[in-house]
Amino acid sequence: MARSRRPAVDEWFAGEGARFRLLGTRCAACAAVFFPREDTHCRNPACPGGELTEVPLSPRGRVWSYTDSRYRPPSPYVSDPELPWEPYALIAVELAAERIVVLGQAVPGVTVADLAVGMEVEVVAGVLYEDTGTTWLTWHWRPTEVAV
Amino acid sequence: MTDGVAVLGAGMHPWGKWGRGFTEYGAVAARAALADAGLTWGEVGSIVGAVTVRGGYPGYVAGASFAKALGWQGARVASVYAACASGAQAVDTARAQILAGLADVVLVVGGDAAPKGFFRPVGGDRPDDPDWLRFRVLGATNPTYFGLYARRRMAVHGDTAEDFALVKVKNSAAGALNPNARYRRRVGAEEVAASAMVADPLRLLDICATSDGGAALVLSSMEFARRHGVADPVRIRAVSTVTPRYPSTVLDLPDIATDSTVAAEPPDGSFRASIARAAYEEAGVGPEDLSLAEVYDLSTALELQWYEDLGLCAEGEGAKLLREGATALGGRIPVNASGGLASFGEAVPAQAIAQVCELTWQLRGQAGGRQVEGARVGITANQGLFGHGSSVIAVR
Ligand SMILES: [Zn+2]
Repeated sequence: MARSRRPAVDEWFAGEGARFRLLGTRCAACAAVFFPREDTHCRNPACPGGELTEVPLSPRGRVWSYTDSRYRPPSPYVSDPELPWEPYALIAVELAAERIVVLGQAVPGVTVADLAVGMEVEVVAGVLYEDTGTTWLTWHWRPTEVAV
Repeated sequence: MTDGVAVLGAGMHPWGKWGRGFTEYGAVAARAALADAGLTWGEVGSIVGAVTVRGGYPGYVAGASFAKALGWQGARVASVYAACASGAQAVDTARAQILAGLADVVLVVGGDAAPKGFFRPVGGDRPDDPDWLRFRVLGATNPTYFGLYARRRMAVHGDTAEDFALVKVKNSAAGALNPNARYRRRVGAEEVAASAMVADPLRLLDICATSDGGAALVLSSMEFARRHGVADPVRIRAVSTVTPRYPSTVLDLPDIATDSTVAAEPPDGSFRASIARAAYEEAGVGPEDLSLAEVYDLSTALELQWYEDLGLCAEGEGAKLLREGATALGGRIPVNASGGLASFGEAVPAQAIAQVCELTWQLRGQAGGRQVEGARVGITANQGLFGHGSSVIAVR
């Protein structure tokens, strides 16, 4: 039986293929954008407080910085201890329109050797881990210039 | 501006991996600080414990845990949690009690028995906790954040892996002279470069270890110090405990994203810089007055960032200051004369207290082979998870 596909975190992203987007919220009073989404109160101290509505974030941005994880992270990160550890890259991406930096894993196969600060990346759907019944989805950053 | 409070005593339990409970480390440090002050535990009116949420015993009862270990004697008690800033906030709580006249003498204690390997959040399924989420969704350990900062410095300021390694070389040389340090061996640049990559571009020897350890201070009013026969004590002149200002544009642990600057311009200077600025303003001194600084070198690259945030040099010139030897023992402004976290490792609730212990010994001229000549003014700086600022200025 096929695994069901579910987001690893609810309501942080949505969409399939080219329409995949990170989801933030925007304050109706001051236009502040929040990611991860802020659904209770606007955190701008100068804002009287406005309604927070869901807003998709820009799909493309520029690498602010990057690193990787050469050792297996501890739980609650999920990885199979039976398999050798495969390091993945982490990218912090600056989104120009939202003026925000968002961290995410790079698509599998992209290493720190492929990356440079300032490089353009786009957000894509990715798999965080799989268990017996479910494929848990996340977001990945993919360099637009790098073929994987 | 008050004259501040007096530091009558400072004490530590040596740092390492001892495998014992955090109360034992704290009690040993407390007894050492009391002996240093020439006071008995029975003369102490208040105890403040810096809290850990790890270890073999619930750290959230730290103040009472230490009081019980020393023997119940009815003292006023408080426990303070602010992650890496716990120790500084414990000092701040003690100071406030003294300045408010609630206590004449306060014992401040921190101790920790850290787990092996990476720090991790406490267990369970807790998707409402940002710290849990960054591990679950990104596998983002503390070193990966240090790696992000380091890579950013390389891209923006031109720092190199060799610059970072020099921080370790400097701090290990100082730590070799400190009997309380866990690592007391000088490390060479080649050795840093040959150590395993942990979070590119940082290697094992660029990143501080987790440790067990304890540190304690005896603080009092200036009047009590005089009555006690100490005319010219080391004095705490500032304790900075500020929060960041919105929008915060640095990706600090455990953030998954920064604040957006769409609705408001970012404040002048970083959060770290604002921590130091608040301390300078409270103490009425500036970076030019400093004899030494103790900063949280969670990674070698982060120490360079602190040079700039403390105003020891201009933005982007941290590596230059290091290369000139200014921050080494014997330099113009020694940083981490104790050996820093590079030599101690992280024992979270104890470390900010340990920094003040080092200032105390330096300002008294009791730091032995690592003594900073003629030290008069010292600053400590660190930053606690979730927006806890921490900086202490002590003078003599
Ligand atoms: Zn608002």
